[in-house]
Amino acid sequence: MNLDLNTTWFLLVGILLTGYALLDGFDLGVGALHLLAQKDDERRIMLNAIGPVWDGNEVWLITGGGALFAAFPHVYATVFSGFYLALMLLLLMLIFRAVAIEFRGKQPMPWWRKTWDISFSVTSLASGLLLGAALGNIAAGIPLDADHEFAGTFLGLLNPYALLVGVTTVALFTMHGAIYLVLKTEGALHSKIRGWVNNAIIFFIICYATTTMATLLYVPHMTATIKAHPILFGVALLNMLAIANIPREIQHGRDFRAFLSSCAAMAALMALFGIGMYPDIVAASNGPANSLTIYNAASSAKTLGIMLAIAIIGVPLVLAYTASIYWVFRGKVKLDRFSY
Amino acid sequence: MDVLTLARLQFALTVSFHYIFPPISIGLGLILVVMEGTYLATKKPLYHEMTRFWVKIFGLVFAIGVATGIVMEFEFGTNWAAYSRFVGDVFGSALAAEGIFAFFLESGFLAILLFGWERVSPKMHFFSTVMVSLGSIFSAIWIIVANSWQQTPAGYHLVETPSGTRAEVVSFRDVVLNPSTLDRLSHVLVGAFLTGAFVVVSVSAFYLIKQRHTDFARASMRIGLLIALVAAPLQLVLGDLSAQGVARTQPAKLAAFEGHYPASAAAALHLFGWVNERDERVEFSVAIPGMLSWLISGDPQRPVTGLKTFSPEDRPPVNLVFQAYHAMVGIGIALIVLSLLGAFCWFRGTLFRTRWLLWIYVFAVGLPQLANQLGWISAEVGRQPWIVYGLLRTRDGVSKVVGAGETLASLALFFLVYLLLSALFIYLLDHKIKQGPIEEEAGIAGKAVSQ
Repeated sequence: MNLDLNTTWFLLVGILLTGYALLDGFDLGVGALHLLAQKDDERRIMLNAIGPVWDGNEVWLITGGGALFAAFPHVYATVFSGFYLALMLLLLMLIFRAVAIEFRGKQPMPWWRKTWDISFSVTSLASGLLLGAALGNIAAGIPLDADHEFAGTFLGLLNPYALLVGVTTVALFTMHGAIYLVLKTEGALHSKIRGWVNNAIIFFIICYATTTMATLLYVPHMTATIKAHPILFGVALLNMLAIANIPREIQHGRDFRAFLSSCAAMAALMALFGIGMYPDIVAASNGPANSLTIYNAASSAKTLGIMLAIAIIGVPLVLAYTASIYWVFRGKVKLDRFSY
Repeated sequence: MDVLTLARLQFALTVSFHYIFPPISIGLGLILVVMEGTYLATKKPLYHEMTRFWVKIFGLVFAIGVATGIVMEFEFGTNWAAYSRFVGDVFGSALAAEGIFAFFLESGFLAILLFGWERVSPKMHFFSTVMVSLGSIFSAIWIIVANSWQQTPAGYHLVETPSGTRAEVVSFRDVVLNPSTLDRLSHVLVGAFLTGAFVVVSVSAFYLIKQRHTDFARASMRIGLLIALVAAPLQLVLGDLSAQGVARTQPAKLAAFEGHYPASAAAALHLFGWVNERDERVEFSVAIPGMLSWLISGDPQRPVTGLKTFSPEDRPPVNLVFQAYHAMVGIGIALIVLSLLGAFCWFRGTLFRTRWLLWIYVFAVGLPQLANQLGWISAEVGRQPWIVYGLLRTRDGVSKVVGAGETLASLALFFLVYLLLSALFIYLLDHKIKQGPIEEEAGIAGKAVSQ
């Protein structure tokens, strides 16, 4: 591996998508848990825990999509047109999710709130499942023709491995969201969510182990690079240690460190995914000649250079105000007259 | 219907619906800066109350704008994959820059705008309002850069790659400042300011008619009307500049605006008419001879390139463009008249009790919206049959692997979902307006001042 512009952009798109997973991951997880809270006040606290930040979190997906379009237009074109129905479903979920969050608190009628509660939860679960299944398909490889166009079917995307990765993603987001809620709540709701966290961790670890086994057995190319460069096994080890550390920190009541561990576990998972793919971005399941790589799918060196300048100016700004916003809204959620 | 028609219909539906919201955000964003700035300068609780009410409306509009905006970003890849491969090197950068420079700024500081009233100082809150307004303007800049490059491509060269021909950046500066960027950006921004101004004028007029929240309504109306008074006449000038630009860079579009067919003759300005595309003439029209020539060159005798210069497969649908363009101009003039009437009554001191004018204002909220949509129809349908003017035809931009059945399914889905969204949006907006601003208790306003 040499750190040329194409590799740099492979890393940058990866970092944007990791940022998306870390941030939107917890608010999708909060959505997945939403219906477990029974009382209206509890649901409001959960919603307001993500209230000021979910919109900004979703911008990471939009910017990740934009960066993919700019840096690797052939990946953007092939994947987005190839996964047509799945992406339309994802768009539908994201629209209804935004609307549910925004509209739920605008009327007091129980039927109104219940409708939006259900749509918030269902759309959060389905978004995680669809995003995970898309990732699973990319990891396993999809059929591409000689023009790099998708040559498979919608039903072919619903294969067991992709669905397994989808379910694992939901489990991961749910755990991540539960830990975030522990940080943001107090009192009776806080104790209740502590119980959810333990179940969510167990659920995730079962999914994680199953996905790891399935990957080793059925998608061996994802582990080839680590096999060839044993030093990279360190990332897998880091991933395992970060996951193992989550229940330990929760046990000792060090909730913020548990959240950081969960972030580290997600980042390491994304790194493992990136290591497995590199230098492919979309591997063709029907022959490597048709694969989209960081070279044949990329924009010109000139554009990658311009984009790098934009990223060098823009990303520090983005990190600065993202951090400020989280700082302003730190601490436990208190409902006030500006809340949802 | 074939997949091309369906994909175009879907893009038209999703982009038209999306474009209801961003102009309100941009226009209202500026008004929020004015209101909250006035509050900080005067410390009058009324301006705090006004900011708080319009922030709520802003939040609602912004949420739907974002939700429908993600659709747009995905749609280039889902339905226009061949186009994306062709332009990705150029167009993608503008979209990515929009994400990095605009969306993060907007969504981040919006959190403080909506939820941060008691967590940050009034100055910091005002700073956030300014940042949100700037973010919405930055977003307009980058998306107009991208769209203008489609209209008047510059700063690129065509390169043969193993995956087909594509446009690659030669000069990023020329891509950003392509020949139509500045004309179109100023026209779009002023259109957005007009949209925001008329939202405020309309709601205020409603309260004045109902004799509710009258202090609030008067102060809001003054700000809205002041902006409209500047923006409406300015828009006529900017529109004219834009048309002069179109005459230089996209002659087929300009000829379609006025249904001008002769290959080379002085061109008339039609006040109205109906283009008979088969016989290539404008019927039922009242026209000012030489006026179009004069408007774009200052010389009524100067020949204007007509549609006959272009072979029929290179012409846009003429009558649709003609009607959209004329209706837009008509609405623009109506908005100038309405603004001037308001200024006249304001000057005479009768503005807040001239009920017939207030009633017109209540419904005038739809006029800038309609003009925005008609303007985009003129610009985008007028660009046809090209998706990138002169370089790539729309029919060659569509995704190869997406079938008519799938596109029809998604089109039907968007239609139903957007119908539902419209109903919900109108219901909630109506509810918020009827609920009105919450009168500030002296204590809260005092606390905000002393912080």
